[in-house]
Amino acid sequence: MLLFVFFLVLPLFIGSRFWLGFWTTTLFFALLGQSWNILGGYGGQVSFGHAVFFGTGAYVSAVLQVRFGLDAWTSAALAVAAGALVGAFVGALSFRYGLRGSYFALVTLAFAEVFRVLVNAWDFTGSGFGMLVPMKPGAANLQFADRTWFYYMIFVLAVLAYAITWRVERSRFGAYLLAIRENEDAARALGIDAFRIKLAAITLSGAMAAVAGVFYIQYYLFVDSHLGYGPAMSVNALLAPLIGGAGTVLGPLIGAVALGALAELTSLLLGKEPGVNLLAFGVLLLVILRFLPNGLMGLLKRAQRGSS
Amino acid sequence: MALGLALIYGVLHIINFAHGSILMLALYAGFFLFTLAGVDPYAAIPILAAVFFAGGYVLQRYVIAPISFGRDTNVLLVTLGLSIIIDNLALYLWTSNTRTIDVRYAQVFVDVGVTAVALPKLVALGAAVLIGVLFWLLMTRTDAGKAIRAVSKERQGARIVGISVEHVFALSFGLGCAVVAIAACLLLPTFYVTPQVGNAFVLIAFTTVVLGGMGSFMGALLGGLLLGVVEAYSGLLLGESLGQIGIFLIFILVLLFRPTGLFGQRA
Repeated sequence: MLLFVFFLVLPLFIGSRFWLGFWTTTLFFALLGQSWNILGGYGGQVSFGHAVFFGTGAYVSAVLQVRFGLDAWTSAALAVAAGALVGAFVGALSFRYGLRGSYFALVTLAFAEVFRVLVNAWDFTGSGFGMLVPMKPGAANLQFADRTWFYYMIFVLAVLAYAITWRVERSRFGAYLLAIRENEDAARALGIDAFRIKLAAITLSGAMAAVAGVFYIQYYLFVDSHLGYGPAMSVNALLAPLIGGAGTVLGPLIGAVALGALAELTSLLLGKEPGVNLLAFGVLLLVILRFLPNGLMGLLKRAQRGSS
Repeated sequence: MALGLALIYGVLHIINFAHGSILMLALYAGFFLFTLAGVDPYAAIPILAAVFFAGGYVLQRYVIAPISFGRDTNVLLVTLGLSIIIDNLALYLWTSNTRTIDVRYAQVFVDVGVTAVALPKLVALGAAVLIGVLFWLLMTRTDAGKAIRAVSKERQGARIVGISVEHVFALSFGLGCAVVAIAACLLLPTFYVTPQVGNAFVLIAFTTVVLGGMGSFMGALLGGLLLGVVEAYSGLLLGESLGQIGIFLIFILVLLFRPTGLFGQRA
């Protein structure tokens, strides 16, 4: 609740464009991370190819706007539906054939690569040049000259995603998902239809990642095969929840804030050389995996328990 | 390359994402040995193999194993973290410039009947087969090989009969890295080096291993050959940019329908 108010009034206190951009991207990664968290954190199905959903959101929205002249709102809705569809498709295939653990991770990565090669080869999707959405500011086009509006757009989307996750965590569906994560065979023995639960989770996750993709295309107005479907975006999707704490509602947000802060810190200390950010991210990931398997949220919870 | 993965995967049931990064490191090592010290890539094979064996041993024993707590997906994440670190360190230190070396014999072509093949590629093929045979001997004829196979089949049982599981894990990881280093030396004369060069290989190598059957060396070798053919043909039929898709599609299909691989035994 406190966080909600903090993020709501935040733009009022931000004078510079830089910090507005910083918090906008932080919330964007928090949203993307949450989509991964639903499947990977709660369901224990670690995806290494979340870009496949993100890219679908961005590309479908861009293609519908540019090639079919649809308005941004309709395109966005259809793009999210497409993300859910791709999620259901990937999930149906890989869960039907019983892929688990690292096999599932690899197959998601391969799917993302297939999509990347496809959009890169097809002129219809801009091939190697990518898709450029023409700039037409206005609420009808979901484009804003004033960047504060973008902040509120991602704010609303993130709040929605976190509310959904919060609901999921407290629902029967969420309990089933946790049961599958802890021990899939035992969960099935208890009569849980693991296939359907996992399928629902990946569909929801895909839709949420597509929302992030839609926001991305409205914000940057450009996507190409590497930005949309490249492994970098898949890694982005899993870093925030893993560092913040997978399987917790606020984990991805905390992770995204930590990563954003770390990125700024390293570029402050070491200069803006390419790769330095990611280098720090990689080190942080290893440190977290080693010492805080439950992420920063685990640390917070421990501190809470210690004080009470 | 695929052989290294087959060993690491088959024995440890580790999917090593850092494999491509290690290949990249080995390529750079070979590159700098050649440009700074004038060591021919082929002459560098024993040096690099030894160095990477030691490096891999240490990496598995003191970094990957303690962090991952023995869980499958954790290992995946740890090696992903490692590959991010290695790749970006390379990017930071050596910039993203593409580097190549010039050796005289790279331009020598050998007529093999149907077509002319560059000499280094022929050497690479021969060496791959040789390494495959050596590995097979190592695995079936030596105590170390026996221990590795024992650990891969029955971890607890191996521990009970007195095999140090941690040592064997690290040993096979080191061996895998050594093979990657050798592969790098063989590639270098006809290839280029950039910090991103490993990425292209990770999925290809995985596909080879999955295709051939996890943990089967001959399978990895045959899988590699098969994949080369598929890559060439899909490139020919679908064009340059769409051609890469063949590999990924095969990877997905094999994982879905034949997870033990074409030559793997049923578990």
